[in-house]
Amino acid sequence: MEAIVNQFKIKKTKPKTLNLHLSLGGGIIHVLLIAWSLTTIFPLVWVLNNSFKERTLILKDSFSLIDTNTFTIANYVTAFSRMNILRSYFNSFMISGSVVIGVMFFGGLAAYVLARYKFRGRDFIYAALISAVLFPAFATIVPVFMGLYKFNLINKHIGVILPQIAGNLPFAIIILVGFMENIPLELEEAAVVEGCGAWQIFTKIVIPISKPSFATVGIFTFLWSYNDLFLQMIIIRKSEFLPICALLNKISSEYGTDYGLMTSAVTLVVIPVMIVYLFLQKYIIKGLTAGAVKG
Amino acid sequence: MIYKSKKIIWMFLLPTIIFVLLFLYLPFIVSVFNSLYDIPNITGIDKNFVGLKNYKDLFTDPIILSAVKNTFIMILLTVIFEVGLAIVLALLVDTTKAAQKFYRTVFFFPVVISATAIGLMFILFYDYNIGLLNQMLIKLGREPKLWMEEGKALLMLAVPIVWQYIGFYFVIILTGIATIPEDIYESAYLEGATGFQKIIYITLPLIRGVIKTCLILVITGTFKVFDLAWTIAPRGMPNETTYLLGTYQYKTVYEASRVGYGCTIAVFIVVLGFLISIAVNKLFKQETI
Repeated sequence: MEAIVNQFKIKKTKPKTLNLHLSLGGGIIHVLLIAWSLTTIFPLVWVLNNSFKERTLILKDSFSLIDTNTFTIANYVTAFSRMNILRSYFNSFMISGSVVIGVMFFGGLAAYVLARYKFRGRDFIYAALISAVLFPAFATIVPVFMGLYKFNLINKHIGVILPQIAGNLPFAIIILVGFMENIPLELEEAAVVEGCGAWQIFTKIVIPISKPSFATVGIFTFLWSYNDLFLQMIIIRKSEFLPICALLNKISSEYGTDYGLMTSAVTLVVIPVMIVYLFLQKYIIKGLTAGAVKG
Repeated sequence: MIYKSKKIIWMFLLPTIIFVLLFLYLPFIVSVFNSLYDIPNITGIDKNFVGLKNYKDLFTDPIILSAVKNTFIMILLTVIFEVGLAIVLALLVDTTKAAQKFYRTVFFFPVVISATAIGLMFILFYDYNIGLLNQMLIKLGREPKLWMEEGKALLMLAVPIVWQYIGFYFVIILTGIATIPEDIYESAYLEGATGFQKIIYITLPLIRGVIKTCLILVITGTFKVFDLAWTIAPRGMPNETTYLLGTYQYKTVYEASRVGYGCTIAVFIVVLGFLISIAVNKLFKQETI
């Protein structure tokens, strides 16, 4: 049977001779690739599956699939009753939403100038902006905290938003400048003839054309901001302002032995990013590769 | 030329420059100054000038030594396994046209999950009583093990760190491979090159630039690891043996309240990361000659 299939394959690919001998190992290759896929899918399925089980059942058998007898939402009820999860979602979306808007707006303006204008110091400013990715959060956090403390911004959304905008701008500039440099100039030249100013060219031509790269920047900024525990943990200590990752960290240190609660909490944290990923993954992968392969 | 107005240049650039100066460059410079002080409180009140004392402490601190060692072990593991597996997976996926999109989606997917959630997931896997690993061992008729014990803990910590980001480098490398023109392979085929030879003599040399980018990203990324390590092995558990530079810096500042010393560690992390990036760059340049 397999021989026939292989023969068919060879016939089909005859004009393109290069994959010929590799098709021999094709089966093995897919087995290996699927094995790796399982390592990325299985852990989350395990967590999701167990989150719908009674705590005691997880202890006894964490592999059994849920069925109508064992299915329970008790863990989610506990999670919602012990913690103000909705409030934390709200905090996370306020923070990450503002960071995304800030990064796309300021990063977009700066990238447009860096990609199009020729001026003294352009190369220096560009290099200085993008090499700021080298500073890990540890290197800047103490003075940032002191500054925010002085201006009374600790325990406030804005205290996380401002440093996160700054932290994501270098990445945004790399991606956006890379994209905008490749937009042909003709459209903009035509717009100038029509009497458009820089602002109009930016909003009416550059932004619409650069949409895919803005999408990439927006999505990555959202994910990194939403997932960034370090800054959340340090700037926000009051439970009513905790974003979702900081809350998850708190749950684990307080109720670490309640495995039912832990699995449901992990699921709740992961769901929003899963939705973002599955719907927008095309932009994630496209934009990422455009930026990285160039550089 | 339409793009000349100085006013526009500065108006558009200024917000970004202010953000980056105010929250990245300036704080780093202040950190360098702070590293010369003894600061008992994160708010910065009551600081005392102590000169290079913090740096002296840095070079005699046994935990720093172990944190540096652990960080370098972690870098080694991520370079070998993260980039290594990413290359292998990319080469394999590149040979199959079918299901490429599926593999990309699935491999990349751990990257988007928060490190905190992944950390908690692995705590559940490693747990002695209910953990996935021990339940597997019991099913196989073996004794359950203590997974996060001294000596083994650092390796167990490396597993999720390596696992999470393989998909990221896989996608970058796969795209790099896709940009290699087909006719190079075709002429190699006519010369009678086998698949393995093509990988060694064509694919790998031609994606060397991409691999370099990946190595720099992996190394600087490993210096920044915090969330995962702090979730799975808080305070260098067990027995302060698994500290990485990042987690030790956090502990020094926020739990031991040695803020000045914490800044010293921060400066040390940046300098070390910078030197290593330069070294990687040099290494790859020399080979091209």
